[in-house]
Amino acid sequence: MTRAFSRLGLALVPAALALSGCGLNSVPTAEENAKAKWANVQADYQRRADLIPNLVETVKGYAKQEQSVLVQVTEARAKATSVQLSGADLSNPAKVQQFQQAQGQLSAGLGRLLASVEAYPDLKSNENFLALQSQLEGTENRINISIKDYNEAVQAYNTTIRTFPDAVGAKLIYGAQPMTPYQATAPNADRAPQVKF
Amino acid sequence: MLAPLAARAQDFPKPNNTHVVDAANLLDAPTEAALDARLAGFEKQTGRQFVVTTIPDLQGYPIEDYGYRLGRAWGVGSKDKDDGVLLIVAPKDRKVRIEVGYGLEPVLTDAYASVIINRAIVPKFKAGDYPGGILAGADAVMAQLQLPPEEATARMKAAEADAAPHKGGGLPVALIFWGFILMFVVLPALFGGRRGRRFGGGLPIVIWGPGDFGGGQSGGFGSGGGFGGFSGGGGSFGGGGSSGSW
Repeated sequence: MTRAFSRLGLALVPAALALSGCGLNSVPTAEENAKAKWANVQADYQRRADLIPNLVETVKGYAKQEQSVLVQVTEARAKATSVQLSGADLSNPAKVQQFQQAQGQLSAGLGRLLASVEAYPDLKSNENFLALQSQLEGTENRINISIKDYNEAVQAYNTTIRTFPDAVGAKLIYGAQPMTPYQATAPNADRAPQVKF
Repeated sequence: MLAPLAARAQDFPKPNNTHVVDAANLLDAPTEAALDARLAGFEKQTGRQFVVTTIPDLQGYPIEDYGYRLGRAWGVGSKDKDDGVLLIVAPKDRKVRIEVGYGLEPVLTDAYASVIINRAIVPKFKAGDYPGGILAGADAVMAQLQLPPEEATARMKAAEADAAPHKGGGLPVALIFWGFILMFVVLPALFGGRRGRRFGGGLPIVIWGPGDFGGGQSGGFGSGGGFGGFSGGGGSFGGGGSSGSW
């Protein structure tokens, strides 16, 4: 009996030893880190989406003529919030791209909306609009930063699962797939719309 | 998107162990000392770190990009609460920014930071009064952060969830651990087995695993440097705050 146990132990110890060097811990750690960073990206986009109804309402009060832009933004928002990515989807480039596109369209719509505001001096000096504008700027800034952080985490994870010795455990134990970094689809779509007053 | 690598090349002013890093020389010595004393007092009272800095040159980076990296580099605010604030003034680029740590975002919102910049700071800067603008801005930030006493802490707790991840440090400990196992358990078991020695006593150690040796994470060295001294507590930033120009 004891002998069986010691045999088992004898087999387990080198096995554990070998595994610890093979990404047993480092692969899930890097993966969870990247997923957490992704959650931040999504939260920041959600934060932006939450600001938009208020923004649309405020603009509507001053600039009824801009109806088409307002409708565009509202639709783009609805579409963007309907596309959600779970942590598991991150290794699926097509899904990530879908998300990017939806958010990129919303960015473009917002850019047009804010450009159209130029023609309405009353709106531009409206307190509520100014507050919304600073919140929107801050949110775009947060989005940029959380995307950078996410991409760095993805890079670290992808490097972990593709380099020795972690690659061994990543392949054999976890069947790890590389994650997709987030890229801006339209030129400058990752940048905040320029709001100059 | 691949900017982070290039952007790391930004050089930041050296932290000088006080709460005022006037690298662009906008403040005279007495003003600087007085402001530092007030910021130190503020830190002692609230536990939050607030650093005022002037930057000679943003090197072409947007102040938003510069700001959060500077905050992370200096580690303003405590590591577990991310409750740091920076007031950054770049006279050459004519930009000013209030950079707010994750944990203070609910208390010092973007909209309010923008109000402080546009009402307290920019008018003075436009008139060429840099010290006046800096002092007025610092006052407004401190006033806001002293206002809500405990109601903010609950929300800050929630913000802790997305606090900075633990950085490495576990690996060397794990290596040493398994090195010991190899030397004292595995090798004797393999080579000493003949002599009928049982190594049973050694086995339960495995249960500990390397995970329990978490001491590898570098804890934030406590904030509250006391008498005017400043040392970063490892706080992180995620783009909260607002910018302005004049």
